[in-house]
Parts: sequence; C-alpha cells; structure tokens
Amino acid sequence: MAAIAATYADQRLAPEPVDHRLPLLIGNPDFHVVTETVAGVVEKGMPRGWWIFFGVSLAMFLQGAAVIGYLFWKGIGIWGVQNPVGWGWAITNFVWWIGIGHAGTLISAVLFLLRQRWRTSINRFAEAMTLFAVLCALTFPSIHVGRPWFLYWFLPIPDQMKIWQNFRSPLLWDFFAVSVYGTVSFMFWYLGLIPDLATMRDRAKGRLKPIIYGIFALGWRGSMRHWVHYERAYLILAGLATPLVLSVHSIVSFDFAASIVPGWHSTIFPPYFVAGAIFSGFALVLTLMLIARQLFGLQHIVTLRHIEAMNKVMLSMGLVVAYAYGVEAFSAWYSGNLYEGFTAYNRAFGPYAWAYWTMIFCNVVMPQTLWFKRLRTSVMWTFIATIFVNIGMWFERFVIIVSSLANDYLPSSWRYYRPTVFDVAIYVGTFGLFFTLFSLFIRFVPMIAMSEIKQVLPQADPHAQPAELSGSHA
Amino acid sequence: MTAAPTKSDTYGVLAEFDTAHGIYIAAEKVREAGYTRWDALTPFPVHGLERVMGLEASRVPIVALVMALCGACLGLALEYWTSAVDYPLVIAGKPFFSWPAFVPVIFELTVLFGAAGALLSSLFFARLPRWYHPSFYGQASGRVSDDRFCLLILAADPRFDAAKTVEFCQQLSPRSVELIQEP
Repeated sequence: MAAIAATYADQRLAPEPVDHRLPLLIGNPDFHVVTETVAGVVEKGMPRGWWIFFGVSLAMFLQGAAVIGYLFWKGIGIWGVQNPVGWGWAITNFVWWIGIGHAGTLISAVLFLLRQRWRTSINRFAEAMTLFAVLCALTFPSIHVGRPWFLYWFLPIPDQMKIWQNFRSPLLWDFFAVSVYGTVSFMFWYLGLIPDLATMRDRAKGRLKPIIYGIFALGWRGSMRHWVHYERAYLILAGLATPLVLSVHSIVSFDFAASIVPGWHSTIFPPYFVAGAIFSGFALVLTLMLIARQLFGLQHIVTLRHIEAMNKVMLSMGLVVAYAYGVEAFSAWYSGNLYEGFTAYNRAFGPYAWAYWTMIFCNVVMPQTLWFKRLRTSVMWTFIATIFVNIGMWFERFVIIVSSLANDYLPSSWRYYRPTVFDVAIYVGTFGLFFTLFSLFIRFVPMIAMSEIKQVLPQADPHAQPAELSGSHA
Repeated sequence: MTAAPTKSDTYGVLAEFDTAHGIYIAAEKVREAGYTRWDALTPFPVHGLERVMGLEASRVPIVALVMALCGACLGLALEYWTSAVDYPLVIAGKPFFSWPAFVPVIFELTVLFGAAGALLSSLFFARLPRWYHPSFYGQASGRVSDDRFCLLILAADPRFDAAKTVEFCQQLSPRSVELIQEP
C-alpha cells in the first residue's frame, strides 16, 4: 500500500487521460487489493495511536456521563441557563450535532441519486458519523427537559393520564423528525454494510469472529438474486432519505421559526439551517476522513479528487450560509420592526459581538480561500479550513439562540448568559461519546464500502475486455 | 454421513471465474445450453447479468410504496383521533383537526414505514436471513465476497448430470470447477 501511495504521492500530476480529471482510485487497484486494504485495517489490529485515541475518548465520555449523573441529581440549575436564556449550550450543542449528522445521509443518498461516483470512498464513513452525531444530539434535549424519566411523554402511547401529545407543536415534530432520521439512517447504513460484513465473515479467522460477523451478515452469499433486491431497496432508501435529510433540519428550524422571539421568527430559517447543516457536516466528515486516511494509509482510495469535490460542496454551502446572514440583516432592516432591527444590530455590535464576528470570520471569510485550486487540493489547508467551519457553525447556533433570548422585548429582564463548567463538561462528554463510538466503528467494521468501491472500478463492467483494461492506465 | 455421496446429496456444480467479463460470457453460454436452475454469486452486482439470468424486476418498490402509504394513513389517523376525537383541546385558537400542522408527523411516518418496507422486503425477497446454505460448502464460494465470480448450476436442474455438467463448465474457461456435496 505504501508503495502505491508513494508512487502517486503528487496526485495533481497524474490526470486521467480521457476527461482530464483525477482518477477516482489511484493506481487502479484490483478487487482483491481493495478488500485487502479495507478489511486489512480491521484485521491487522489497531496501531498504538488508536488505543491512545480510544482511551482519551472513553475518559471524556465517562466524565460526561458522571456529570450527567450529577445533573440528574441536582437539576439543570447547575447549567448557566436562567431566565430569559432558557436554551443555552444544551440546545446550541443539539443543533450543532444534528447539523453534523446531515452530511452522512446527504453523501449517501443525495449524491447516490445524482450518480456522483466519488461518494463510494467516503459514504460508509460519513453514514457512521451521522449515526453517532444523531446519538450525541439526542442526548441534549433528553437531559434538557429536566425530568428525563418522563421522556416517554413524547411517545403517543396510551397512559393513565388520558391525555395526548400536541401534534401542532414544532417540538413534537422535532422528536419525530430526529428519531425517524436516526432510525432510517441506521437502516440505510446497515443495508449497505451487509455485503461487506459477508466479506469480513469469509475472511475471519478464529472461532468467535466468523460467528459474530456471520450473524450480522445475515447469510449473504452475493447471489444475483440478492443483488437485484438489494440494489432496488438501496435506491428506494436513498430516495426516501433525500427528502428526509432536508426535512430534519427544516423541522429543527421550526422550533425557532414558529416562535415569536425576534431573530427567530423568520421564513428563511429552514433553507438557512439545511445549508448550514450540510456545511458543517461536510466539514466534520473531511476532518475525520483526513485523519483516518493518513493513519490507515488510504490515500489511493480517498484521493485528492474526493477532497476537492468535498471542498467545492463546502464552499457553495458556505456561500448559501453567507447569503442567509445577509438576508437576515436585510429583512430586519426592511421590515421596519423595532425589535427585529434591534436584534440584528445587537448581534453584530452588542454584548455577543465577539461570537458574531467569530462566526462571520469562520463561516464567511475563511471559506473563500477554497476558491483557489491550490488550497482546495491541499490536505493541510483543507484540514485547517474544516476546523474553522466546525467552530464557526457552533458559534452560528450560539449566536442565534443566546443573543436572541438574552435581549428580547423586555429590557428589564435582559441578562448576559454565561455557561458553567458543567455545560462545558457535558459538551466534552458528547465528543467522548462520538469518538468512542467512532473508534469502535473503525476497529470492527470496514470503514469503506468495499462492494461499492469495486463497482466503480473499470473492470467491474462485464463488457470491458481484459486487454483494454490493462492498456488504459499504463 | 459415512455413505458415499449419491446424486441426491449433490447440491450442484460451482464454476469459479476471475473477472466480471468472464462470468458474463459464461452465463450466456449456460443459458444457451438450456439450464434453467442456476445462480451467479458475485462480489458486487454485475449489471446485465440479471437479464442474462432472466430475473424478474424486483417487487421491493411496490412493497415500499404500500408501506409508505400505510405510514401516511397511520400518521393522519393518529393525529386526527388524538387531537379531534379522544382529547379535543383548543390550542392557539386552531381547529381540532388542523391538518397543515399535522403534515410534518405524517411525512416522517411515511418515510419511516417506506424505508422499513424497502429494507425488510428486500431481505424477504432474497430469503434472508438464512445463515445456512449449501453453496457455502464450495471451496470457491468463500472468495465470492472478495474478488471471485461463481456460477452455480443446481442439481435440481432437469438437464443436470454431475459428470456432463462439470465437463460443460470446464469449457467455459473458468478458474476452477467443483462439485458441491451436502454433508
């Protein structure tokens, strides 16, 4: 592997002869090389770096769990939330995580329908990220309710109270949207995983491993009689997940837009939130993918072409987000509404100006560097840019939530919101949860969809003559 | 299990190929030879092979559609019954049956049921999960999930004859040919 990676170290110099694009996979590996590379990561065991990463993540997660235990004991008064800011870090983190969780299904479903074949190298990875991000997101509203043992009140199940949920409430829509999103994302991920689990089963050594992989592979044997149904189901799941992914963050934005708080009551919120979600989701996929690619030597499968394509999506979503910031300010002024106007002014020049300008710098100014091909195809710069976007998108949610609530209609109730150490600890804890699950995913599951990668290789075409193939990449 | 294998213990003949091109050409010959009960095992869907095999279009979309409509109806019924019949409560001056506000939950349940329908019906039509299958006894079938392509002609095929079918498969320029016995 190292040899292939070294041969094509400067991938910019090796465009494909036909369409002058970089090849999807470097060195045109055969099917077996793909299997060896991807399954080998799981089979060879983890490098020392993985254990350090896993240990740190687990420690972060455990401290978060302990603080949540303390939260249940004392109540949410240990957080910085107070009137009038009842939605502090917890809801900021919720929206941030759920936004992160959009990239996976977007890459899997939307790019699949658009026949963007480069998605095959990153979709498994991004889907797993989605699942874990949704779990982290769900933590926050669950503990924010204050009495988490009553969470089942969300469910429309008959109980002794003889009352039903209010289906007109965006908060209930949100519960349905996020839980359905998590469930469907899991189904999509698992369906795509079945053929690769069969590969792991067939290669597994020892007594226990073949049994465990075998159970989860459901007896898959790669029959064309399986594949016809599999492909059809995959297409339908992609078709269903596409409107779903757009609906989830729209509905999350209804939590805000359906209220009358200045700065929230706006029709631009659904598209604005969806674009922001894709923006931050792509950023985090890239952050993690760049690390994993380096760590496990996958440079010939996740190539500069993938990175550049991701950067282009990020840049365009960044422009949509920048446009939304502009429209927010414009409509605040154009509406002539005193409160809207004040909120817009207060965001940029009030007590939270530092957060606003951090957001503008990270989300609007910095992504403009991606117009330059040199920076777009630079691994190091992409890494830096994605970190900025992740920070910027967190601040966007913070600005929306906190600056609107802290200074609303009644100046006598204004209050400067400050998080406490417990807010920080729980946020760090969800990072721990995310990275713990992610390390386990890399440890036990092939992180790149092998059967899909094999499909995009030229020799997967049954009409390709062997002679043509050997000549095409000389 | 000590008796010598008889014809009834023979499950079929497995011919192993190196390339998608190879199995495609071979599959056409198997069809032309008049075999009807055979299968192709591949590491990924080899497009066009399903037509050579004469497989019918999958009915997964129909099931998914029906399930999605069921989800939509269930969502509407749930919201109508809880909000307008069993527990009517005036909220924000809206009618009891305020259907525009019910759309998001109906949509979510439509997607949930449709997706479940697609996943479960694809497994059902593929007869999965089935953890035991005679084709697993082939030497070559373990490499199918990696890089090999296998044709499997079943002993249940009316034209099947262990010796002749093996000989026929040898002519398809395979990598290997083996007889699969059920133990």
